[in-house]
Amino acid sequence: MIRRYWREGEPYVWASGLALSLVLLLTALLLYVVIANGIAVFWPRPLALAALGDQPAIMGEIMQREPNPATGQERLQFKIGNRDLYGLDFRWQNAGEIQTLTFPPEAYVLERMEYGNFYGFLRGFALNEPAAPGLTLKTALQSIKGDRHQRAALQKEINRQNKQVEKLQHKLAQLEYQGQGQAARALELRRAKAALETEFRQTVDRLDQVAGRLRDQKAIFVDAAGTEKAIILDEIVRYYQPNTMSMLAKTGHYLVKLHELLFAEPRESNTEGGLFPAIFGTIMLVFLMSILSFPLGVLGGIYLREYARQGVLVRMVRIAVNNLAGIPSIVYGIFGLGFFVYGIGGWVDQLFFPERLPTPTFGTGGILWASLTLGLLTVPVVIVATEEALGAIPPGIREGSQALAATKFQTLVKLLLPMASPGILTGFILAMARAAGEVAPLMITGVVKLAPALPLDTSFPFLHLDRKFMHLGFHIYDIGFQSPNVEAAKPMVYVTTLLLILIVLIMTSTAIALRNRMRKRYAIVDV
Amino acid sequence: MTPVKDAIIKIAQPQVEVEGLNLFYGDSQALHNVSLGFPAKQVTALIGPSGCGKSTLIRCINRMNDLIDHIRMEGIIRIDNENILDAKVDVIELRRRVGMVFQKWNPFPKSIYENVIYGLRIAGVRDRNLLDETVEKSLRRAALWDEVKDRLHRSAMGLSGGQMQRLCIARAIAVSPEIILMDEPCSALDPLSTTRIEELIIELKGDYTIIIVTHNMQQAARISDLTAYMYMGGLVEYGPTKQLFTNPVKKETEDYITGRFG
Repeated sequence: MIRRYWREGEPYVWASGLALSLVLLLTALLLYVVIANGIAVFWPRPLALAALGDQPAIMGEIMQREPNPATGQERLQFKIGNRDLYGLDFRWQNAGEIQTLTFPPEAYVLERMEYGNFYGFLRGFALNEPAAPGLTLKTALQSIKGDRHQRAALQKEINRQNKQVEKLQHKLAQLEYQGQGQAARALELRRAKAALETEFRQTVDRLDQVAGRLRDQKAIFVDAAGTEKAIILDEIVRYYQPNTMSMLAKTGHYLVKLHELLFAEPRESNTEGGLFPAIFGTIMLVFLMSILSFPLGVLGGIYLREYARQGVLVRMVRIAVNNLAGIPSIVYGIFGLGFFVYGIGGWVDQLFFPERLPTPTFGTGGILWASLTLGLLTVPVVIVATEEALGAIPPGIREGSQALAATKFQTLVKLLLPMASPGILTGFILAMARAAGEVAPLMITGVVKLAPALPLDTSFPFLHLDRKFMHLGFHIYDIGFQSPNVEAAKPMVYVTTLLLILIVLIMTSTAIALRNRMRKRYAIVDV
Repeated sequence: MTPVKDAIIKIAQPQVEVEGLNLFYGDSQALHNVSLGFPAKQVTALIGPSGCGKSTLIRCINRMNDLIDHIRMEGIIRIDNENILDAKVDVIELRRRVGMVFQKWNPFPKSIYENVIYGLRIAGVRDRNLLDETVEKSLRRAALWDEVKDRLHRSAMGLSGGQMQRLCIARAIAVSPEIILMDEPCSALDPLSTTRIEELIIELKGDYTIIIVTHNMQQAARISDLTAYMYMGGLVEYGPTKQLFTNPVKKETEDYITGRFG
C-alpha cells in the first residue's frame, strides 16, 4: 500500500502543489499589502476632535488603533498635521484619556505648499483691503486668482528670457573658445545680452511685486487647542471639510487627487503632490531601453542560431550570454558609469561641447546612459529568447522553404521570424519588466530625486537625452528611506509602488496580448 | 534461355545523370560510387532498407544536403548535361527546377493560398491574376482543389495529414519544376490518403520527371516505371520495375523484394 503510494509519486505531486501555492501566497500577500495601503490613501478620512480634559484638545485623522505595548490599554494614532505648530505629524493617544470624541462639521483640512496638512477652524481673513461681509474661503481664494495667473505668466516670461540669455552666453563661450572674444560679433552679442539682462531684471521686479501682494493675503485659522495661525491664501493647494462631505464629494476628491498624482509635479520633497515626472521618466527609460536593446538582442540571437557555425566557440558565447543575466545589476551600473558616462560621454563632450567644459554635457549621468546601461542588462534575456524561439521551429519548415528556392535570408524573414515572434515577444516582456523595476544601476547613471525638466519637451531639440530624469523605483527608495519625515511619506510609498506595479502590468499585458495574437496566427499544428 | 541482362541498365537520354557519386558525412561514407540515369517524364522509385542512402541520394539532386555541416561530395550529377555539383551552379535556380516533397508534410503556418504561391512570391511574382491562376491550377493538379476551394484563405493548419501532403505537392508544382523529388511521401499517411497520392503521382508523370524514395515495395511496383535497389550506400540493381520485381538479376535484390531480407 505504502509502496504503491510512493511509486505513484503522490508525495511529489503534493510537494509541487505546495511549492506553487507558497509562491502564490507570498505574491498575493505583497500585492495585498500594497493595494490595501495604497488604494485608500486619497480617500478623505473624517477629522476627529478629541477632548482631553485638562490638556489641550487635539484634532486629526485617526490612522490606527492598537493596544499600548506598555500598558495593554487601547491607544489611537492621530495624524494631527500642523507641522509648523507641533513639529510632529503623528501622535499616539491612550483611549482612556479621551473624554469625548466628536467630528465637528466645520473643521477644515488644508493641503498646503509647505508643512503638510493643516487641521483647524476658519476664524477670519487678513487681506490688503477690509474683508467684505460674507467672504468665504472659496471666494477669498477666487479673489487671488488674478494675481496667481499674473505670476505664472511672469514666471514663463522669465524662463523664456533666461533661455535666451543662456543661448547668447553659449554663443559667446563658443567665440571665446575660438579666440574671437573681441571680434565685432562677440561685442554685439555682449550688448544684446546686457539689454536682455536689464529686461530680465525688470520682469523679476514685477514678479516680486505680485508675489509680495500674494504673500499679504491671509486667512486666519485656529487649531483644536485654540492657537491662532495666519495662513497665506496662496499657500493653500486644496481645502475640504471631510466631516460634511457626501459620498459623491468624497469620490470627486479622490478623483481630483488621482489626477494630481498622475499629472502633477511633486511637492514637499516628493512626499506630496504628483508623480508625473517620475512616471514619464520610467516609461521613457523603458522605451529608450527597448529601442536600443531589442534590435541588438534579436540580431544577436539570429546570428547565434542561424548563421554562426555551431561549435565550441558558439557554445561558450551562449554560456557567457546566459551568465550575463546573473551579474548583479549594480555592476552594470558601475560599468555604465565608467564606460558610457565618463568614457563615451566625456569623449562626446570634448568633441562637440568643448566650450562648456569643465561643465559636462554628456559626461554626466543622463537618460541616454541610463537606458543604454539597462539595455546592456536586458540584452541577454532577448538573445536567449530569440535563440530558443528560433530553435523551437521544426527543421521541416526550413527545408520546405529552401526546397522552394528560397534563400536562407528569405526563409528567415518570411517564415522563421514571424513564427518565432511569440517567443521573442516573451523575451521582450521579461526584459521590459526587469528594466522597469531596476533601480540600482540608475542611481549612478542619471536618476535624480527631483529633475528640473523632462527629457522630452517643447524646446529645441525636443529630445534631451543628456538630461537627468526621475524614476518611480528610485522615487520609492527616496521617499521611503531618504525623506526627513518617513511616517508622513508612507502613504506615498504605497501609492508609488502600486503605480509602478500597474505600469509594469499595463506594459507587459500589452505585450502579452500581442504575443497571443502572434501565437494564434503562427501556430504549428501536428496532425 | 534469355540473354544475361545487365544488373544496372543504361538510360539512353537521361534527364538526370549521376556519375561516380561518393558522399561523406564527416569521416563516414554514405554513398559509394553510385552511377545511374533517370529518364525524363517517368517515375523512378528508389527502394532499399533504412540507411541505404536513398534519401541522401535524392537530396543531392537539389543540393538539399548543402544545409548540413561537414558534408563532402565527389562525382558528377548532370541535369540536362550541366553538372549541378559544380560550385558555380546557382543553387536557387537549381531548386526552382527541382522541386521536393518531404516525408513529413511541412506546410507553412500561413493560409492555403499563401502556401501554394510561396515559391512564386519568393521569386518575386506580384501579378495577382497569375497568382490566382497558379493556385487553382496547382491545387487542381494536386487533386486538392475541390476540397479547399472554399477556404483558400484559411490556415493550412486546419487540413488533414493527407491534404497537407497534397498541399505540399501543389506547392512544389506551383513553381513549375521539371523534376520532383519525393522522399517517402506516404510513409506517415493512412492507406486511403496513400492511394490518393499514388494516383496523383501517376497523373503527374506525363509532365514531370519524378524520383521517389519509398519503403513500400507494392507502392514502387504500382507507380514506378523504373526501380533502383540500393544497399549500404551502393546501387545494387536498376531496371524496369516489372522486370526487377518479377525477374531480378541479382540474388540480393530477390532476397529483399521477397521479404527474406530487409
